[in-house]
Amino acid sequence: MSTRPIAPSPALREPTNFNTRAMRFDQMRRTAVNHLVTGIAVLSTVVVITPLLLILGYLIYKGASSLNLAFFTQIPKPVGEDGGGMANSIVGSGVILTLASLMGIPIGIAAGVYLAEFGRGKALATAVRFTADVLNGVPSIVMGISIYALIVKPEQHFSAFAGGVALAIMMVPTITRTTEEMLATVPHAIREAALGLGVPKWRTAISVSLRTASPGIITGCMLAFARVAGETAPLLFTAFGNQFWSLSLTQPIAALPLQIYIDATGPYDVWHRLAWAGSLVLIALIMVSVTLVRVFANRGQLKGGS
Amino acid sequence: MTSHSDSNTPEDGLVSVPVPTASESGAPAAEDPPPSVIRRFLATRGSGRLADQAFGGLMVVCACSIFAIVLFILTILILRSKLSLVQFGWKFFTSQAWDPVSGDFGALPFIYGTLATSFLALLMAVPLALGVAVFLTELCPKLLRAPISFLTELLAAIPSVVYGLWAAFVLVPLMRDSLGPFLYKYLGWTGFFEGANFGVGMLTASIILAIMILPIISSLTRDIMTAVPNSQREAVLALGATRWEMIRVGVLRNSRIGIVGAVMLGLGRALGETMAVTMVIGNHAEISKSLFAPGYTLASVIANEFSEATDDTYLSALIEIGLALFLVTIVVNTIARLLVWAVTRGAPARAA
Repeated sequence: MSTRPIAPSPALREPTNFNTRAMRFDQMRRTAVNHLVTGIAVLSTVVVITPLLLILGYLIYKGASSLNLAFFTQIPKPVGEDGGGMANSIVGSGVILTLASLMGIPIGIAAGVYLAEFGRGKALATAVRFTADVLNGVPSIVMGISIYALIVKPEQHFSAFAGGVALAIMMVPTITRTTEEMLATVPHAIREAALGLGVPKWRTAISVSLRTASPGIITGCMLAFARVAGETAPLLFTAFGNQFWSLSLTQPIAALPLQIYIDATGPYDVWHRLAWAGSLVLIALIMVSVTLVRVFANRGQLKGGS
Repeated sequence: MTSHSDSNTPEDGLVSVPVPTASESGAPAAEDPPPSVIRRFLATRGSGRLADQAFGGLMVVCACSIFAIVLFILTILILRSKLSLVQFGWKFFTSQAWDPVSGDFGALPFIYGTLATSFLALLMAVPLALGVAVFLTELCPKLLRAPISFLTELLAAIPSVVYGLWAAFVLVPLMRDSLGPFLYKYLGWTGFFEGANFGVGMLTASIILAIMILPIISSLTRDIMTAVPNSQREAVLALGATRWEMIRVGVLRNSRIGIVGAVMLGLGRALGETMAVTMVIGNHAEISKSLFAPGYTLASVIANEFSEATDDTYLSALIEIGLALFLVTIVVNTIARLLVWAVTRGAPARAA
C-alpha cells in the first residue's frame, strides 16, 4: 500500500555535482517521459470521447431523418408496407417501467433506510450492502431467464407483469445503495434534534432523514430508472414484445428497446429506419432524465450519486 | 415537517384533552406507576414501541429481500437446469457439441467466445481507461474536468441495444471494408486475422464491448485515484519527481489494488453483456483462432435461442448456461468489490 522508502544512493551521501552530463541527460529523459505520458493520457481521453460523439452524431443524423409524426401515433405496419411507428412500444415501455418503479423503488428505498438508519455497523447490514453490490453486476439476461422460469413458465404465457418484475429486480440494488449513501450525508445533529423532541424513530427516518436527503434519493431513483429503461435482455423472454396495441398486464406487451432490437435485426430497410428513430427517442428520454437529475441534484446542498 | 405542526399546541394535548384510551400503549400502561402525561401524549402520536419496531421490521424485511432475490435466482436456475445438469454433468463445459436436433449439448464454444471477447475488450479498454482516469484526476485543467467526466458517464447511459444498432450499421461495414483488410495486411502473419472477413465476428464484438466497459472502468479508477491522499503526491513531488513519476509512484502504486478491482468490475460487465454482442458477433457456435470468424457468447446464445427452445433438454441446457453465467459473474464481482472496498473504505463512497 505505502510507497517503498527510496534508499539513498551512495552517490548522494557526499555533496554531488548535479551538473554532470549524465545528470543532465537523466533530467532530459525524465522530462521527456513526463511529456510522453501526458500526451498519451490526453490522446486516450480523445480516443474515448470520439466514439461517443460519433455514436451520438450518427444517431441524431439517422434518427432525425427517420423521425416523423407517424412514429409517435402509429403501430408497426405489416411486412412490406411503408411507414408505421412505435406508438405501442412507447406506451408499453411506459407501462412496464411504471410497474417496475412501483415495485422496485419502495423496496429499494426501504432497504437503503435500513442500511443507513437501523443497521449501522451490524453484520447483517454489511452482508446486505455487499449482496446489493454483487447483484448490481449480475447480467440482465440472467434476470430475464429467472423471471421466465418463475412467472412465464407456470402461467404459460408472456406478460407485461413479468417484464415489470424483471426490471424491478434490477432497480432495487442501485436504489438501495444510493439511498444509503444519500442518508449517510444527513448530519446526525438533525436526527438527534428530532429524537430529542420526542419524535419516534420511524417518524424521524421518514420526515427528517428521508426528506433531507430527498434530492439525492430522487437522483438515485431516476438513474436506476434510466438504466432499466434501455434494458432489452430481461424483456426478451418476459414482456416478449407485441406488434399490436395492448395495455393488459397479463398479455405480451411491446417495449421500445425490444422493438428497436427486432427492427434492427430484421432484413427490411423500413425497419432499420424505425430502429434509428426509436433509438433516438430512447436515448433522448434517458439523456434528458440524467441531465435534469444532474442539474436538480447539484442545486441542493447534497451532492447526487454519479 | 409534519411533526412540527403537531407540536404547535402541546398544551392542548398535555392539559385539557383527556388522553384517549391508548390503542398502542397498552404495554406501558399495564405497569404499576401510571404513565406520565407526556408519555401518553407521545403514545397517541404513534411513538409507541410497537410502531417503531414494526417500521424497523419492515425495513429489515425489505433489506433481506435482496438476499431473497439472489437466492431465488440461484434456486430457480438450478431447478430448471436439473435435466441438463444430470444428463451432461461436468462434460457440459468441455464438450463442443451444440446440436439441438439430436439433443447433445456442450458449452465450450460459448465459454471460449465469452472469454475471448471479454479478454480482448479488456486489452483495449484498460489502457485507455487508465489514461482517461490519470488525465481527469492529475492533468486536466479544472475547467474541462466536469464536462469530460460528464461525457464519459453519458457513454455509460447509452443502452446496450443502441450500441448494438450503431455497431451493426457503422462498425461492421468499417470492419469489413477498411479496418479488417488493414489488419489482415499488416498482422495477418500472426494467424489471428485470417479467413473470410464478413465484418461480424469476435473482433467487432470486442471493440463494441471495449467501448461499453470503458466508462465503468475509468470512472471507478478515477474515484480510487481521488481517494489517494494529497500528502502522498506532495511527498513525491518534494523529492523532485516529475509529474509522471509522481503519478506512478504516488498515485498508481497506491491505488493498484483498487484499479485491479475496477478492471474486474468491467470484466463482469463484459462477460454478461448481451444485446450489442448478439447483434455483431455472428452467432456461430465454433471455436476459431481467427478473430474475424463469427463466434458466440454465453449471453448471446441465451438471447438468440431461448425462445426457439422447444424441448426440455434444450431449454434446460440454455438455463444451465445462464446458471454458469450467474455464478461466474457473482465470483468476479465479489472479488472486484472486495478489492475496491479495500482501497476506498476510508473515502466517501459514491454510487457505482
